[in-house]
Amino acid sequence: MMSGEIIKSLIVPAHPHPVLCPEKNEGWQRVRDAFDEARKQIEETDADLIIIYSTLWPSVIGHQIQADPNPEWVMVDADFHDLGSIHYSLKIDTEFANAWNEANIARGLESRTVSYQGFPIDVGSVVALELLNPGNRIPAVICSTNVYSNRAETTVLAKACMDVVKAQGKKAVAVSVMSLSNRMFTEPIKPEEDRIHSLKDDEWNQKILEFLSEGRLEDIGQLSRTIHDQIRVKKVVAFKPMWWLSAMNDNRNDLSGNVLAYEPIHGAGAAVVVLDPESNGTGDKEYDEDDVEFYGGDRGVLDSAESKSNASPSNSGPELYDPVEGKNAVNTNKAPKPVGAYPHARREGDLIYLSGVGPRQPGDNSIPGGPIKDSNGNPLNYDIKAQTRAVVDNISRILEEAGSSLDKVIDVTSFLVDMDRDFAGYNQVWAETLGKVGPTRTTLAIRALPTPIAVEMKVIAKI
Amino acid sequence: MAKGSIVAGCLAPHPPHLVYAENPEQNEPVSEGGWEQLRWGYERLRESLKDVDYDVIVILSPHWQTYIGTHFIGVEKCVSKSVDPVFPNLFRFNYDLTIDVELAKAIHDQAKSEGMSVKMMENPDFRVDYGTLVSCHMVRPEWDKPIVSISSNRSLSYYSVEVMQEMMLELGRSTAKAIEESGKKCLLIASNSLSHRHFVTETNPPEDMSKEHITSHAMHLWDMRMIELMRQGKSQQIIDEMPEFCEQAIAETDGGALTWILSAMGVPSEPAILHGYGTIIGTGNAIMEWPCRTWGDE
Repeated sequence: MMSGEIIKSLIVPAHPHPVLCPEKNEGWQRVRDAFDEARKQIEETDADLIIIYSTLWPSVIGHQIQADPNPEWVMVDADFHDLGSIHYSLKIDTEFANAWNEANIARGLESRTVSYQGFPIDVGSVVALELLNPGNRIPAVICSTNVYSNRAETTVLAKACMDVVKAQGKKAVAVSVMSLSNRMFTEPIKPEEDRIHSLKDDEWNQKILEFLSEGRLEDIGQLSRTIHDQIRVKKVVAFKPMWWLSAMNDNRNDLSGNVLAYEPIHGAGAAVVVLDPESNGTGDKEYDEDDVEFYGGDRGVLDSAESKSNASPSNSGPELYDPVEGKNAVNTNKAPKPVGAYPHARREGDLIYLSGVGPRQPGDNSIPGGPIKDSNGNPLNYDIKAQTRAVVDNISRILEEAGSSLDKVIDVTSFLVDMDRDFAGYNQVWAETLGKVGPTRTTLAIRALPTPIAVEMKVIAKI
Repeated sequence: MAKGSIVAGCLAPHPPHLVYAENPEQNEPVSEGGWEQLRWGYERLRESLKDVDYDVIVILSPHWQTYIGTHFIGVEKCVSKSVDPVFPNLFRFNYDLTIDVELAKAIHDQAKSEGMSVKMMENPDFRVDYGTLVSCHMVRPEWDKPIVSISSNRSLSYYSVEVMQEMMLELGRSTAKAIEESGKKCLLIASNSLSHRHFVTETNPPEDMSKEHITSHAMHLWDMRMIELMRQGKSQQIIDEMPEFCEQAIAETDGGALTWILSAMGVPSEPAILHGYGTIIGTGNAIMEWPCRTWGDE
């Protein structure tokens, strides 16, 4: 449990040429060969999941995750239909897909699964799985790209995915399906005439690949908006996959990168890149954008003001304190600030005692699932399950800071402000998380908590 | 052979919500209705076309997006299922339609002779896009007319609205000329919304009309402005203002369909009939008809 990880990350192109006609152009054949090499590298690992983030599956209602256990159909490219058809029959890890969807929602994202006979799997995902995973040796999961999502949302999407990778102990391969420069020729060309559309596109592509070969994935993430402005035709989705892939790799800059191929496909930049998690020894670079754990964007715009589910910082209640330092105190900036003069936790012997932990988020003090009332005291609708998950996540972070972990929790006292309304949801999340560890538990109904939250837990764990 | 003609041009938006709300037997999901303002608008359009004699529907849809020129379906029988990748919960439509390949090829050839980048789509596995299916179904649910399906050349993405319009104006002229030479009576459909900013959440059920409205006042103002221009027959002004409209209203006219249809009708100064307006998940949608059949031969 809690041992899942990304064991390999890939960037692969989306065009059907490497599947349907690699022999027509030496460069297309080299892309195909690179796909084959990447496939062999995957087969040499103990990977048990391939996670696809495809820029060719745009979505509007949040993110969509494919959950049909066996999508089957015939794919024909909208532009390159004359190259032929690709019959696909894929194997989807539906348990992971459903869990990822729930994790997205728990982190404040709009998300849903799709499972419909005849659903049109996008060309990028079909090509990637056809070449990297022939015969469905490894189950896969496919996620859409939301056309309106920003970096924060895309980062949180990856973190939610990693929540499930870790919880399910997966050895996962993360795949971004995308072109580098994406400007194609607007006229048909002969295969032998193919080249990168412009020198500028080629120079930028080379720079991207230089960074990736040095394992500087997060730097590419931070350059994404610039890259999009410089060499990307403004199609449906922006240059977002690097945000996702970087967050899937803990925003690191010291991965081991290997560019297996870089060739033009009808003018666009097609690269096959493999990134391994082993540090390349050059040291990590500075990460200078705000990292974000939960999405608090414009979701819920259809809701009335009375039922908005997301908290604003102004709803977060009383004055906050820096956690009290002192002998045996354990504090972390990964947990919300206290509402009084006390530490996050305190070690005594081989035990650690946590102060009451709620769902507020470190940094912006927002409340996943929404506050229970507004600043005027008017009750609001809220999601007890999202709040409870956030409590457990905060507990986990404090325990990790102390050198402990969730699986060492031995006793919990829970406080609910509305037992009738919330016990079932709270209990469900408990069963999915701490319930699997097996600590003793006492649940109390109380009138109120200092901040507009519905649940708090008091924890004792072993170190 | 008598000259072919355009009997009417229609702006016929394609959000799949409309077919979902109609509950036709071809569509798998079942709804409680919804978006009645627009569906009644389509009723009025169908009533207006009820006694109009025509041979074929020619439609340009922004949901068959091509980046290497304009494409035309060149397969006579298209039988399959279309699942909307964005709203698969609403639209899983079993279709059986006939393509007028002869007319499609004629428009293709005429456009090619004018220097345009064009291509026939002859792969029998190709699935017809949901925009084409929704608009055609709402205009003619009997599915008893062959269609010509034209892709949306995304030249806007590569160049600008101005270049996109130059191409669509040419495609419109080529369409009109090919139709005239074909001797066929054609109904033209531009399949697109007006303002096109979506909500990113969905109500439960999706047809909960208490939550349906335009995304912003600015979008409303742009929609009303464009509808007024259409009602006043100011087609040239629509084309002139198209760059600002596309940019500021994130308008789906960026796919070229409206410019194409205006060009095919000769950039008419005759007024269009407004059959309905409504919003769908925040986007603005108008059902318009240009009754070309009543305009005479100049």
